Amino acid sequence: MEWETVIGLEIHTQLSTRSKIFSGAATAYGAEPNTQACAVDLGLPGVLPVLNQEAVRMAVIFGMAIEANIAPYSVFARKNYFYPDLPKGYQISQMDHPIVGVGHLDIEVDGVIKRIGVTRAHLEEDAGKSLHEDFHGLTGIDLNRAGTPLLEIVSEPDMRNAKEAVAYMRKLHELVRYLGICDGNMQEGSFRCDANVSVRPKGQVEFGTRAEIKNINSFKFVEKAINHEVERQIALLESGGKVVQETRLYDSVKDETRSMRSKEEANDYRYFPDPDLLPVIIDEAFKAQIKTELPELPDAKKQRFKVDYQLDEESVAILTASRALADYFEAVNKKSGCEAKLCANWITGDLSAALNKAGLDISASPINDERLSGLLTRIGDGTISGKIAKQVFELLWQSAASADDIIAEQGLTQISDTGAIVAIIDKIIADNPNQVEQYRSGKDKMFAFFVGQVMKAMQGKANPAEVNKILKERL
Amino acid sequence: MHNKTLAELSLGLQAKTFSSVELTQCFLDRINQHQQLNAYITVTTELAMAQAKAADQRIANGTADLLTGIPIAQKDIFCTQGVVTTCGSKMLANFSAPYNATVVDKFNLAGAVMLGKLNMDEFAMGSSNETSYFGAVRNPWNINSVPGGSSGGSAAAVSARLAASATGTDTGGSIRQPAALCGITGLKPTYGRVSRYGMIAYASSLDQGGPMTRSAEDAAIMLQAMAGFDEKDSTSVDVPVPDYRANLNKSLVGLKIGLPKEFFGEGLDENVAATLVTAIDEYRRLGAEIIDISMPNLKLAIPAYYVIAPAECSANLSRFDGVRYGYRCDNPTDLTDLYTRSRGEAFGKEVKRRILMGTYALSTGYYDAYYLKAQKIRRLISEDFKAALASVDVIMGPVTPSTAFGIGEKMDDPIAMYLSDIYTIAINLAGVPAMSIPAGFVAGMPVGLQLIGDYFSEDRLLNIAHQYQQVTDWHNFIPTGFE
Amino acid sequence: MSLTADEVNKIAHLARLGIDKQDVAAYANDLSGMLDLMTRMSEVNTDDVEPMAHPMDQAQRLRVDKVTELNHREAFQEIAPQVEAGLYLVPKVIE
Repeated sequence: MEWETVIGLEIHTQLSTRSKIFSGAATAYGAEPNTQACAVDLGLPGVLPVLNQEAVRMAVIFGMAIEANIAPYSVFARKNYFYPDLPKGYQISQMDHPIVGVGHLDIEVDGVIKRIGVTRAHLEEDAGKSLHEDFHGLTGIDLNRAGTPLLEIVSEPDMRNAKEAVAYMRKLHELVRYLGICDGNMQEGSFRCDANVSVRPKGQVEFGTRAEIKNINSFKFVEKAINHEVERQIALLESGGKVVQETRLYDSVKDETRSMRSKEEANDYRYFPDPDLLPVIIDEAFKAQIKTELPELPDAKKQRFKVDYQLDEESVAILTASRALADYFEAVNKKSGCEAKLCANWITGDLSAALNKAGLDISASPINDERLSGLLTRIGDGTISGKIAKQVFELLWQSAASADDIIAEQGLTQISDTGAIVAIIDKIIADNPNQVEQYRSGKDKMFAFFVGQVMKAMQGKANPAEVNKILKERL
Repeated sequence: MHNKTLAELSLGLQAKTFSSVELTQCFLDRINQHQQLNAYITVTTELAMAQAKAADQRIANGTADLLTGIPIAQKDIFCTQGVVTTCGSKMLANFSAPYNATVVDKFNLAGAVMLGKLNMDEFAMGSSNETSYFGAVRNPWNINSVPGGSSGGSAAAVSARLAASATGTDTGGSIRQPAALCGITGLKPTYGRVSRYGMIAYASSLDQGGPMTRSAEDAAIMLQAMAGFDEKDSTSVDVPVPDYRANLNKSLVGLKIGLPKEFFGEGLDENVAATLVTAIDEYRRLGAEIIDISMPNLKLAIPAYYVIAPAECSANLSRFDGVRYGYRCDNPTDLTDLYTRSRGEAFGKEVKRRILMGTYALSTGYYDAYYLKAQKIRRLISEDFKAALASVDVIMGPVTPSTAFGIGEKMDDPIAMYLSDIYTIAINLAGVPAMSIPAGFVAGMPVGLQLIGDYFSEDRLLNIAHQYQQVTDWHNFIPTGFE
Repeated sequence: MSLTADEVNKIAHLARLGIDKQDVAAYANDLSGMLDLMTRMSEVNTDDVEPMAHPMDQAQRLRVDKVTELNHREAFQEIAPQVEAGLYLVPKVIE
């Protein structure tokens, strides 16, 4: 039988606010255990939540970016269950009235564009962490993460294979970073994915029974976990078995999913409106204000880069992967006055390689757009050759000096003075009669020999176009 | 000294007729002499004396506030840094909060002296103060009777002059009912008027702190200190706080008093009813006009309340899990055992009953029939109040169906206990302010008259109560043995 | 309406509330009494009534995104039943 896979994703993005969603404790990652858990985060008696404005702003801007309905009225609800990383015995989340309603995201797989529906996105608080290292057979609880704002983005079951799921997840990952609402750091858990996976005989309209795979923390694992789960379900069904609706955990070491019975047991979350919090009202003025803050989105930017700069697909993809890099490119293009292709080549080539090697993000680049522009300007106006430029680039990376200072200091200016070039060429022709003979008898390859000799004699500073022209005349 | 009102005490302190140290010592001695009432869970002798000394200094410096140096006591539901806050439960028997409730901070700022923490029903769940882990409180008017609840310790202490005044909290009548049964004045403010921060939650959408005092004027002074917007409480309302004493002496001529027929029907003790009729006659003599009204949905207040309050409490009390603070059972075998035994061993029966009820009402399959239905009825009740208060200035009625019942009398019949809240509960569902004032006695036991006003009309209620207290002296009666 | 002992045990487990075996019947009886009280609610038609979650028709106030809470771990853990290395300890959590 031919099977069809159906996938829906729930993605938890940690919003990059300074303080928590309902308290004034810091959200910074990596602090000593429980040093960023205040009375509210710890669920001490009598203390109360107050909603962080920034979390609301971030949710709304996300909703606008996916062209979703922003709820004029949204409600926080309590989701009740007992777990040691959940201090109050309930999670403050949203159930019936999420802040972001139906929207969509377009993905591209193998050149085909597909629209994936977003059912909703709601605000909630993150839980703490259980540390399973052995404390005399006990578990340690760190509540620093408790209360960190999350935007849970729930997709429609619109994806049909793991590749689409990964494309959707990557697209969302790019978007939230573009919007500046999430740092996207998957190792630190800022961007986590639960996948709902089911299979059905091809052509069947009803969905199969789904399993939820929890907490998948990399793109690679999403693909593997889904593929694995699909295989498991198909094998199960083909051998006459039945898929059970359950929560499964992906084990990246063993590359398998396994049932999480502990989480399954009699879940009845008893959602009800949190009486400590009032409805969140979002009016037109608030929305209008946020609309002005909405940056150019990835798809629009890609399109513009293709059209306005006439760049190839690959360069566009690299340059628009982050807003910071795209901004950098546009600044260099504008400041250097050089053509877009030259700017793109340097940024996607030498600069990206150097940043990768140093493990730096564009925002931490030792060469800022101003200094790279200085370099490109001098390539453009013929002051230095491309080869010399690479030398200058090295020095730009290592020092704080400008390209012009480095060129002047090191005497790297390109020689375009015809007289000087003619003198050198004449000397080389005189010194190499055999090679001249060979060239003239039709061995065209010898031309490169003469270019090399000239460049060597002039320490690479000769303008290559001039050298070619004069050599042809003289030979 | 201990029989003076807050205003009189303040004058005495300012004039240096007596010092705060002397006054505080006087109350501490009385608390010590009358331990049989079991009004206090914790007496903070040292702290009180230190605060009294500081208050005397402040008075000497001329920077005193109205409440500076006056010994009051806090219901043990308000968190007090460095002093145990039990909420009447074994769960928090050793709990010392690392912060103060906003209300406590406000009294500290005013320079009031805290004598201690007052007994209460466990987690404020009860109408008789018999559910306290620290034992029942006794009514100063008859030590075999209950003082009411849940603020029973507060009512008994103020009535017996074991504190100049006290704080209470009211979720379904917990200020007004004990005030009525102990013959004192109690005010439940509009929901959102007094900060709930640091006040241990029972039912968050109903809970409200307020003063328990000997007179309306004292209540005005206390509320002045307690009320106000608090950015730490999302449900706190940012409405200016008026001067609550400014209008106390306004005439009541032309006042429209509404009497809902639902308040005077079956179930109300006829002697209590007669006492209330006399009190309302007094208002008529003060120039008020009496109007019969009807609030048809009042009868649904008890069922709606006993869905909503337990539902909220079932979640509010989940944080007491033996992990971060509070009681933890010995040698838990696993996580579930830690939770079930810590909670099972530390919560009393009434608390468990309400957690079970709330959990049930919110669970799959029952939510719509119970919780949602109750919320809709809450809307109907609230609209009844809005409609009534559009045509009258104040609604009057009983606080309780009878005077204080005997200790142990209703402990085995929780439903009968719940039904005794019939006149107070609807007010919390609507969120409007209400008072209980002493209106007479039946067989030597006090009777309270309830005054219910529109949102944020506390100043008007205080005026109406004060005018009555100018022409009656029910509020000045002292229980025998506590003179 | 009446609740069975099984139902009481099920709710008690959801609420992680230990109740003595000999008390289960009494709880079942009390809760059934409460439910009887509640059946009165169905006397009123509420089809067109908006549920009311808060007494005040107000909107949630928003807090400025600022870190205002400092580290008070020592004070918070002083009141904790069991801590080590800054962590709260609980019986082993099995995933």
